Amino acid sequence: MGMTMTQKILADHAGLKSVKSGQLIMAKLDMVLGNDITTPVAIKEFRKIGLNKVFDVNKISIVPDHFTPNKDIKSAEQVKFIREFAREMGIVNFFEIGQMGVEHALLPEKGLVVCGDVVIGADSHTCTYGALGAFSTGIGSTDMAAGMATGEAWFKVPKAIKFVLEGKLSKWVSGKDVILHIIGMIGVDGALYKSMEFTGGGVAGLSMDDRFSMANMAIEAGGKNGIFPVDEKTIEYVKEHSTREFKIYEADEDAEYCEVYEIDLSKIKPTVAFPHLPENTKTVDKAGTVKIHQVVIGSCTNGRIEDMRSAAQILKGRKVHPDVRCIIIPATQKIWKQSMNEGLFDIFIEAGAAVSTPTCGPCLGGHMGILAKGERAVATTNRNFVGRMGHPESEVYLAGPAVAAASAVTGRISSPEDL
Amino acid sequence: MKAEGKVIKYGDNVDTDVIIPARYLNTSDPKELSMHCMEDIDKSFMDRVKPGDIMVGGKNFGCGSSREHAPIAIKASGISCVIAKTFARIFYRNAINIGLPILECAEASKDIEEGDKVSVDFDTGLITNITKGKKYEGVPFPEFMQEIIKSDGLINQIKKNLK
Repeated sequence: MGMTMTQKILADHAGLKSVKSGQLIMAKLDMVLGNDITTPVAIKEFRKIGLNKVFDVNKISIVPDHFTPNKDIKSAEQVKFIREFAREMGIVNFFEIGQMGVEHALLPEKGLVVCGDVVIGADSHTCTYGALGAFSTGIGSTDMAAGMATGEAWFKVPKAIKFVLEGKLSKWVSGKDVILHIIGMIGVDGALYKSMEFTGGGVAGLSMDDRFSMANMAIEAGGKNGIFPVDEKTIEYVKEHSTREFKIYEADEDAEYCEVYEIDLSKIKPTVAFPHLPENTKTVDKAGTVKIHQVVIGSCTNGRIEDMRSAAQILKGRKVHPDVRCIIIPATQKIWKQSMNEGLFDIFIEAGAAVSTPTCGPCLGGHMGILAKGERAVATTNRNFVGRMGHPESEVYLAGPAVAAASAVTGRISSPEDL
Repeated sequence: MKAEGKVIKYGDNVDTDVIIPARYLNTSDPKELSMHCMEDIDKSFMDRVKPGDIMVGGKNFGCGSSREHAPIAIKASGISCVIAKTFARIFYRNAINIGLPILECAEASKDIEEGDKVSVDFDTGLITNITKGKKYEGVPFPEFMQEIIKSDGLINQIKKNLK
């Protein structure tokens, strides 16, 4: 029996010729990631081991992005704690304010993850790097501590679900709509403990930014990882951002999949996930009249340059509805500069939107756009759980940047076609 | 290893944002975190919970964020064990790594009601509903994970292996 793409990467990193689903393995890690919320707990656990150095100062990334720029004294103390640890250990990839970005947009951009890597991150959206043909998955702080100490992690080799993508996306439809469509179809535990492998002729038509936002939300279907095959676009991206050597893995032809879904990309419409689960999806034309108070365009899911361009295309020459606060957050300094140089900020500001420095802030109800009781937001983020963006009686509707920008203009959930 | 206590029950897809809302993650102190455990879906949880109580959930328990603060808050609240139909994978890992006992059992998750007195044997996976006089077969941990639990968590196991 052949192996899936994920299984092949894991086998290689475990020093094994082959692995089977369900097998427990120890795998070597190419990168260990943490943020300002999860790293403090990891450091405390790391100290308990009693080591005075990490396994490799180049293979750890620490990105203070959740409550930064520090929102309060406690957050400042947490970042100070991890900054001092990074200095003491000589960790190369500690990203201070001014260089940092939302971690899962930042690491690929900095060339810190390439095809074929095994990456763990103490952040559930670490699965984003599957877009590069890497195996990456979210873990907790204790696993991060263990990873920093030993450079290894244990994994149960996952089964896989195959998604065969065909056709081309329609206008105003992005990777976000595809992944929301998939989560709506299989549910928030539809891929529990499993890999989501995206294949098919339709992959070639998806941009890297589309792939990042799709792999990013694999966790929202319960997936262990989401992964794309490596093609010309991937290689071009990796060569542009990294000098590291990379390895391309392909699924065997006789690899075993527990389910196979065929998806015609041309039939996917702009999609919205209603509160309070990412699986509560409706196409935007069936959303009904939902008045909103806030729009957030940004996050590790949709804070990349194409998302900024998509929002700008809609906001150009239009105004944000007077009842709506529209907050736009380019995910990294590089994307920020690029947006500025392309004149996108002129469009945003003339439309009456606010532009923020990179932060995860509002996505998790941290800061920079918290909702009051009874308020509703359309957000390009990834979760709409109870209280996710603020008050437990507020609501988050997940969408792609085009729908979010259109909704900011009309003051209710809208398709770009409605404008 | 055994646990016994009164059950506090929740439904499907209990996510880590409701177990411990992100607005409280500017600390990693277990006691402080536990003060806000479950508050967005159950304001009375911290008043009701007694040391040793057992939490029962439906499918996909602990979905969402990787925050280890979630099992830490549950453990610090006094909960001795979580039983669910299924667990989200990061929560599952985190619980084992920090030494919060968890058990998957579809039948128990369905049948056990709020307030039932329940005992759990982790070696065999056997769950006994003392109130209803019923028994359910849970899935015991694979040996690999039992080793982590016996070492009292992943960190202690690594310490042992490094010696």
